[in-house]
Amino acid sequence: MSSVIAVVDYGMGNLRSVSKALEHVAADNQQVIVTSDADEIARAERIVFPGQGAARDCMKHLNDRALTGVVLQAAHEKPFLGICMGMQVLMAHSEENGGIKCMDMYAGDVCAFADESLQTQMQSLKIPHMGWNRVAHKQAHPLWQNIAEDSRFYFVHSYYVAPDDDSLVAGTTEYGIEFVSAIARENVFAAQFHPEKSAHDGLQLLKNFCLWQGHV
Amino acid sequence: MALAKRIIPCLDVDNGRVVKGVQFVDIRDAGDPVEVARRYDAEGADEITFLDITASSDDRETIVHVVEEVANEVFIPLTVGGGIRTLDDVRRMLNAGADKVAINTAAVFNPEFVREASASVGSQCIVVAIDAKKVSGEGEPLRWEIFTHGGRKPTGLDAIEWAKKMVGYGAGEILLTSMDRDGTKVGFDLPLTRAISEAVSVPVIASGGVGDLDHLADGVLKGKADAVLAASIFHFAEYSIHEAKQHMADRGIEMRL
Repeated sequence: MSSVIAVVDYGMGNLRSVSKALEHVAADNQQVIVTSDADEIARAERIVFPGQGAARDCMKHLNDRALTGVVLQAAHEKPFLGICMGMQVLMAHSEENGGIKCMDMYAGDVCAFADESLQTQMQSLKIPHMGWNRVAHKQAHPLWQNIAEDSRFYFVHSYYVAPDDDSLVAGTTEYGIEFVSAIARENVFAAQFHPEKSAHDGLQLLKNFCLWQGHV
Repeated sequence: MALAKRIIPCLDVDNGRVVKGVQFVDIRDAGDPVEVARRYDAEGADEITFLDITASSDDRETIVHVVEEVANEVFIPLTVGGGIRTLDDVRRMLNAGADKVAINTAAVFNPEFVREASASVGSQCIVVAIDAKKVSGEGEPLRWEIFTHGGRKPTGLDAIEWAKKMVGYGAGEILLTSMDRDGTKVGFDLPLTRAISEAVSVPVIASGGVGDLDHLADGVLKGKADAVLAASIFHFAEYSIHEAKQHMADRGIEMRL
């Protein structure tokens, strides 16, 4: 029986890279679909929730398409992978665009690298944080399988998540400060970096997700 | 700091083939873009940039197909530039699988386009390509201006002011090419690279003039570039990407090896 991996399409950025990378590593009986249909998302066995751009647009598009509920529901019950903005909007609130209420799956904020106190500490730090940086594993997780500690992944972002609960943290990265670059709890894993653009290790993470049953 | 500096091989694509000219003339064929991209990915390229140098807009579809084919099997960031003039062009390239688009001439003639594009698809997708040429004479303070049409047409715009303006308009990255150095193999214009890199808050990619591996390292160490772009030294297999990265690492630069 074929099992569906649904990539949630809510009009935020290019999903082709994500779907092509998933197709590249998915098992023969797995089908990758890109969809904005709530029923398809509800029926899928696994959910990938990507996104890029601004938090305000992201929340607006989710709400306009009435997808917030079905995405949150999925995040409570099946293997769920958030990527980049798809990680950030799981938090309660983002500093971006003058302050945006997010999906509130997890308590905590999304903070700007450009915050003044950080800038002085980091001097001439370039924003966005763009390029290949190391990810330290902060919890053992099936999605880290066959990925070495401190492997490099591709990042491009100006904001980072700061969850209230430290036990959510699955990976951290240094860019002037140490920030949270992956979170995980129960059936949810989310990453600030782009596994679909991170060559071999990124594909390995996606492959691990395709195999993951949603248990830590 | 754990963020690695990037090596970006650049593929100048004309009519579906990779070509490389010396200062925009004397074009040599360097192969099929998909094969070349695959090889660079295997050698550890951090990103790949395609510049569509096809003169006629009739062939615009060709580059879309090239991007699609590469994106299907190469899972590192892809940038496409050349002939990006409208939001429609931007979206078409992103939908084909590009992660970023480089806007060059259109930014000079219509700076608002950069603002529109970054507002629409996000700054992280918008690279502004700057072609700069030294205009100061011997003994004068260094000064560079923006040129268009492959370095032939001066605009009177000061390169540093222009770079700052483009970042203000939403450019997420600057691709800086020295038109004096492009194709010469004598190294980047380091004072230019450093001046721009220190003037803007976003990453700067140095381009134009790479002839050996020390040039790449100098671009980072002396030019303060966040990434270095080169074409011919990789196309004609003078050096592999891996050799280049190892050499830069040996000179103390943080690299993804």
